[in-house]
Amino acid sequence: MRIAICVKEVPDPTAEKRIDAGTNRLVRSGENTLNPYDRHAIEAAVQIKEGPAPDTEITVVTVGPESASRSVDRALAQGGDQSVHIADDAAAGSDLLGTARILAAALKRGGYDLILLGQQAADSESYVMAGMVAELLELPCVTQAASIELGDGAVTVKRQVETGYDTVKATTPCVVSVSDAINDPRYPPLPAIMGAKRKPHEVLSLADLGVDAGAVGAAGAGTSVSGLSKPEGRGDTIVIEDDGSAAEQLVAFLIEKKVVA
Amino acid sequence: MAGIAVLCEVQGGEIAKGSLGVLEEAARLGAALGEPVEAIVCGSGLDDAAMGALGGFGASKVRVADDAALASGIAQPVVDACASAQESGQYRYWLAGASIMAADAMAGLAARLGAGIVIDAVELHAEGGALVTRRSGLGDSVLAHCGFTTPVGVVVTRSNAFAATEGTGGSAPVERFSPSFKAYSQAVQLVGHEDAEDSGPDIGAAEVLVAGGRGLGDAAGFGPIEECAAAFGGAVAATRAVVDAGWYPYSAQVGQTGKTVTPKLYIACGISGAIQHKVGMQGSGTIVAINKDKNAPIFDYADFGIVGDVTTVVPKLTELIKARG
Ligand SMILES: Cc1cc2nc3c(=O)[nH]c(=O)nc-3n(C[C@H](O)[C@H](O)[C@H](O)COP(=O)(O)OP(=O)(O)OC[C@H]3O[C@@H](n4cnc5c(N)ncnc54)[C@H](O)[C@@H]3O)c2cc1C
Ligand SMILES: Nc1ncnc2c1ncn2[C@@H]1O[C@H](COP(=O)(O)O)[C@@H](O)[C@H]1O
Repeated sequence: MRIAICVKEVPDPTAEKRIDAGTNRLVRSGENTLNPYDRHAIEAAVQIKEGPAPDTEITVVTVGPESASRSVDRALAQGGDQSVHIADDAAAGSDLLGTARILAAALKRGGYDLILLGQQAADSESYVMAGMVAELLELPCVTQAASIELGDGAVTVKRQVETGYDTVKATTPCVVSVSDAINDPRYPPLPAIMGAKRKPHEVLSLADLGVDAGAVGAAGAGTSVSGLSKPEGRGDTIVIEDDGSAAEQLVAFLIEKKVVA
Repeated sequence: MAGIAVLCEVQGGEIAKGSLGVLEEAARLGAALGEPVEAIVCGSGLDDAAMGALGGFGASKVRVADDAALASGIAQPVVDACASAQESGQYRYWLAGASIMAADAMAGLAARLGAGIVIDAVELHAEGGALVTRRSGLGDSVLAHCGFTTPVGVVVTRSNAFAATEGTGGSAPVERFSPSFKAYSQAVQLVGHEDAEDSGPDIGAAEVLVAGGRGLGDAAGFGPIEECAAAFGGAVAATRAVVDAGWYPYSAQVGQTGKTVTPKLYIACGISGAIQHKVGMQGSGTIVAINKDKNAPIFDYADFGIVGDVTTVVPKLTELIKARG
């Protein structure tokens, strides 16, 4: 079967953070990285290939600047066979709608049986791309999968909802986003990391996909940001490094705050 | 385009509390913008009187799609219903409170309408005759003032952002409509359901919650957490990651799809502090976080943070609390 995995490059969520005194905005040092949630989607595909469907071909699909190729390679190292990277200056500034339009155009071309996404992007902290892409492709959609079972022309997915766990069955082709608890993504061994660059990479422009540049990027964004402000914080935080006495210091704090007697 | 449509969700035969809060906020926004507010309800076997009661929360009209295809809470048929409502209603804005179903449905609707979408909005303002949301970003360190450039704007608000009142007791006229469903929207079928409350503890009443996340390593990692909770006379809570992984029962889950808790003391152990977890516990009296990653977002909203290993810190804490009797 043909599986596509949508991956996004994001600022490293575990990198050092500081507030820029000039702009009052949070600055993250460090490099961009493959969205950690997407590693679970790749792992899910690799497990399908290693298990029930050995003839699976895994394509990594991303929308992002050329520099995002590092994250594409990282995804390929984890088990992708090839990549499709839509890099176009006119795509810069795309919001969720624009990104969904570009992704859908790229995915339509591939004729995939299963399209996998992460539960959310660590930078945008939204969780709507699966639903948007599925709608544009007119395909069934299941989000936040805690497990995926492959059947004949269908997938069965267990997923959490507000009242418990639903088990749902969707016919393929379909779009599925996976929860971060679906598996433990493996770390690729060095040869796989070295080999990723040599796998087939396709870099496409919007024109290659027939996407109207006016419908995406900053020009086609459906949302616009008119200002920024600072939310009310919780107040002072005491953070200590454990030197062996952290539990004592915590208890002293709780006593001082009269949380424990 | 005129008017505000609010997707009101039915959970367990009743309108979800979260939806009522969003409806009331929409009514305030509608008054400021001069736009009428209509409630859209999708389900099966819905009662007119119960739906009309949404008038007491600010709806000037309640539009009900009642169809077997809408019985299971699967999102795509709801997209079809909302799109049908949009055809006749020509709404300027669509609002929904965060839930798995509502977020998926609003995602699909925005894509179908070519509408801009804002997720996780925490405030709704009328500015210059239009809706401008406040959407928090970068781990809640900044609020983006986010409006729309498309004729229709779609908003999913953050869980618990808008608390509902008791309502006025008023009612609104109910109008039923029949959506047309797409074939692909009906290609997902509900084949089973496990209820959340079938097993496990009730964490809502505990004054102290010791919560565990994936940083505990495995299901056995909850042993020391249970001992610590017992020492405090409290209960154990969990993140979705560990509940999905089967380490702890769902009834203990805190967050967007779990419970909202407000204990006097919340101790987060091996929890990164994702927004969807935060919305369920940020109202706690005192928040303590123990995490070995000093950049973990949980430290941004803790009162006392320990950069350290749960396997060493938690047992020590348990001993100290036990010793105090
Ligand atoms: C629509 C939606 C709804 C959701 N609803 C919820 C919800 O209701 N509740 C919820 O919790 N989540 C929810 N989530 C998931 C949420 O986004 C996160 O994925 C989840 O909360 C992460 O759980 P975690 O903190 O246990 O795991 P992780 O994010 O993996 O964090 C583990 C942490 O443990 C630390 N750690 C590791 N080892 C140690 C050690 N030995 N000592 C100390 N620290 C250690 C790590 O540094 C890390 O910070 C939802 C997501 C979506 C998209
Ligand atoms: N630019 C992008 N390129 C490829 N996939 C993306 C992109 N943005 C989001 N995704 C996918 O959509 C998922 C959810 O993203 P979001 O809804 O934006 O938080 C991510 O985990 C990715 O799988």
